Amino acid sequence: MTTSEGYLLLALPLIPLGSAILLMLIPSGERNAIKGVTGLASLAMFIISVYVFFAFDYRGDQFQGVIDWPWLQNAGFLGKDGIQLKVGLDGIAAPMVLLTGIVILSGTWVSWKIENRLKDFFVLLFVLVAGVYGTFVALDLFFWFLLYETAVLPMYLLIAVWGSGRREYGAMKLMMMLVAASILIFVAIFGIFTEAGLGTFDMPALFDAEYGRNFQLVMFPLVAIGCGTLAGIFPFHPWSPDGHAAAPTAVSMLHAGVLMKLGAFGIIRLGFQMLPEGAEFWAPALLTLGIIGALYGAVGALRQTDFKLMTGFSSVSHMGYVFVGLGTLNLIGMSGAVLQMFAHGVMTALFFLLIGALYDQSHDREFNHYSGMARRMPIWAIFFVIAGLASFGLPGLSGFIAELHIFIGAFRAYPLVGALAVLTAAITATYLLRMFAQTFFGEPSPRWSSVGEISWTERAGATVLAISIFALGLWPSPWIDRVAAGLEAGIPEVLL
Amino acid sequence: MNFEYALLIPEFILAGAAAVVLLADAFRRDLGISRRLIPAIAALGALAAGIASLFYADRSTDFAGLIGVDDYTLFFRVLFTVTVLVVILGSLEFVERNIRHQGEFYALLLVSTIGAIYMAGARELLTAYISIELLSFSLYVAVSLAKDDRRSGEAGLKYVLLGGVASAMLLYGLSLIYGAAGTTSYEGIAAALGDSAVQGSPVLLIGLAFLVGGLGFKASAVPFHMWTPDAYEGAPLPVTAYIAATSKAATFALLLRLFGTGLLPVQDDWQWMLATLSVATMVTGNLIALVQTNIKRLLAYSSIGQVGFMLMAVTTVSDASGSALLLHLAGYLVTNLAVFIAVIAVYNRIGSERIEDFRGLAETQPYLALVITTGLFSLSGMPLLAGFVTKFFIFQAAAEEGFLWLSGVAVIMSTVSLYYYLKVIRMMYVVAPAEGEEGRWRPSLIAYGVTGVLFIGIFVVGLWAAPVLEVADDASAVLFG
Repeated sequence: MTTSEGYLLLALPLIPLGSAILLMLIPSGERNAIKGVTGLASLAMFIISVYVFFAFDYRGDQFQGVIDWPWLQNAGFLGKDGIQLKVGLDGIAAPMVLLTGIVILSGTWVSWKIENRLKDFFVLLFVLVAGVYGTFVALDLFFWFLLYETAVLPMYLLIAVWGSGRREYGAMKLMMMLVAASILIFVAIFGIFTEAGLGTFDMPALFDAEYGRNFQLVMFPLVAIGCGTLAGIFPFHPWSPDGHAAAPTAVSMLHAGVLMKLGAFGIIRLGFQMLPEGAEFWAPALLTLGIIGALYGAVGALRQTDFKLMTGFSSVSHMGYVFVGLGTLNLIGMSGAVLQMFAHGVMTALFFLLIGALYDQSHDREFNHYSGMARRMPIWAIFFVIAGLASFGLPGLSGFIAELHIFIGAFRAYPLVGALAVLTAAITATYLLRMFAQTFFGEPSPRWSSVGEISWTERAGATVLAISIFALGLWPSPWIDRVAAGLEAGIPEVLL
Repeated sequence: MNFEYALLIPEFILAGAAAVVLLADAFRRDLGISRRLIPAIAALGALAAGIASLFYADRSTDFAGLIGVDDYTLFFRVLFTVTVLVVILGSLEFVERNIRHQGEFYALLLVSTIGAIYMAGARELLTAYISIELLSFSLYVAVSLAKDDRRSGEAGLKYVLLGGVASAMLLYGLSLIYGAAGTTSYEGIAAALGDSAVQGSPVLLIGLAFLVGGLGFKASAVPFHMWTPDAYEGAPLPVTAYIAATSKAATFALLLRLFGTGLLPVQDDWQWMLATLSVATMVTGNLIALVQTNIKRLLAYSSIGQVGFMLMAVTTVSDASGSALLLHLAGYLVTNLAVFIAVIAVYNRIGSERIEDFRGLAETQPYLALVITTGLFSLSGMPLLAGFVTKFFIFQAAAEEGFLWLSGVAVIMSTVSLYYYLKVIRMMYVVAPAEGEEGRWRPSLIAYGVTGVLFIGIFVVGLWAAPVLEVADDASAVLFG
């Protein structure tokens, strides 16, 4: 990847931000213009995401496409290069950028049918996406955190205005829990900047800076809990099922699919890359919380009869695997963690897309109320099965590759944890098959005679996601190469 | 000793404009002057003073050590003249309907701005005191100018009585410090207090305590904040906006110069006082704001919470926190004015200050709802907006000085504040408009213009703070450089 391709990285957050401003200028009634702008913008984001993913040379430098401009320097406590507008891509961020491109493309398509204030919805959604992209490509800690918070900012209105069910409760709970967690990140960043004493927020410089051991031991939990809350780490996950259940389809897709990964990404960036000694000390705790979360989420999902709550708990469970992978402190387990972030992202986005497609027609999310839906909606059912099989790790699909890495890593580090992780996969299979059996088979209920097949935009969105699931499952080397290169270069040697 | 009176031209312009406004109002009928001309004169005066202040700044003239017309003063001159201009323009319609004695209203705003500027410029205790009183007395009257609102008179009385007590405290504190230092000039005090014999002496400590109490009252720091909610609620909206902006910022301008230069040698003696005050203020202000139902009272308590953050920057006084405080004040003024001017525009339409009555504003007037939302998000320190950057700088500066715990408390309280701001935002976006009120309406053109500029300002400070920070850094360098 050349330096000039860094401008593409910069374009990733700027395209949604610019589109949001453009949308504000379009009158609310012009639905076709709104669809046109959002469609073009999301397509552009998707194409750039795919391009930079493949353009990233995993045999090359750690950070590629690095470009920077000074933003603030030599003022107050800032020294040279105090705060810069600096972007760059590494092997850990590359799959995350790709994931964001995939999810926003399909999320945009399925949101076009929103009737109520379509324009305002997309303005907020695109601000969120700008924050997500920005966090993945930013190489300046100040902007990293600014954009991280930007991704959380629009959530309250997106859920409270366009959500369903207990939307105000879900929105407030999500917002306050996530912002409260940010307090810890704030404090950690202030501490890191002060301890490093470099007068700069440049992230590569901060990765190389020296931090005292005691400082790292104190700061790592702040980062792990602060970012971990967004990633749904047990026991800081309760916002997740409620928030996801209440959110509109595209927001659930982006939130469970991408935003939760920001949290795990934050733990890698600030925790593992900046505070390695702290990470080494706390890794067993992270791993323990991870496996508890995986089991707890799976058992929780087993008890749900609401599609979205079940998927919300399932997200907590799958994100638990990510922490297990990170906590193993070996390359294969950590690679699995990053791969799982991608795999879970596309899989859960597909789940939420399909649930939303059904709910918009039936306004009922209790799956006990359904039967024989495979006959009414065969295409819908096929996509659902693909997502489900990926979820419990069928070979050939994305989940298998990720979970295999995590299981191997876990068995190497702590065999007991590996065994529990496999048990979790079994529970996952149970709750999904139970739901499939209930919903898909049997006599079609006459109550849903008006419910028809999913629309073309939904099919298109689901196809993009399903292709991604197969791609990682059947041809995983582009992902594995980049992630392994990113971790080898980025994670300090004391850890691996 | 040298005097260069030309440097005071901006204040002459303000005072002149105030006099012209008063005379024009008094002889309006005789001269056949249009009602609209009065605010126009006031606005022109403020504008001219703001432009003039850019040309008249000079660090070498010392005015016998009374005031300094340096970069620091210049920073606040521009800030305060812009503030008064914005308040005048943003409240034209409101003033016509709801204010008795319009001439006095505009004249008082202009005169109090002079007081505010000299609070920033004062380099000597008595000049500082006189400037404070000039600002305060103008505001005591302005608070009670509302037409047909008994709360206004009550607020004015409460404000003047409590303000009198605070002034007495302040004056007593100043006299004790004079007793300890033997001089009233900041420079002289710094030199005298550098002698370790005075440090930690009871006279000095009692003097500092009274000083902090008196200034704490002016800044509405807890526990000297009792007047704030009542004065905010009773005062006409533009006066509330003005108190929240100029009066606060001027007090901090004075605090920073006094504690950053004159009292810096005895930092150990006052730092704990301000730290305590800062924590008490941000905790109390933000927690009480959670239960408010009137938008003015909500903003009053939220501004008390904001004072806690600003006190933090004075506590950890340093070059970095000085420039961070100035940056924060600039961002805070822009944000707060945006919220207030938008609220004034809404009030002109709905005639209510209850948060409940803001329901469905996103349907009936999406533009103002957007401005208020942006402003409130900025006040709570959300990213892309001014509040995030400026708070980040204040908190980081405090952490650099070894006050990471104080930054922690501040971030927690900043998060608490998001909850009550979200309650207002929820009312506007999530709740449907009241029955019979669903129709769209438009604010006046000038309200569009003023809020539009401030709205853009919130984003400019949030995304491109470099120019403001550089100016703030130059200003702060006057004290610490």
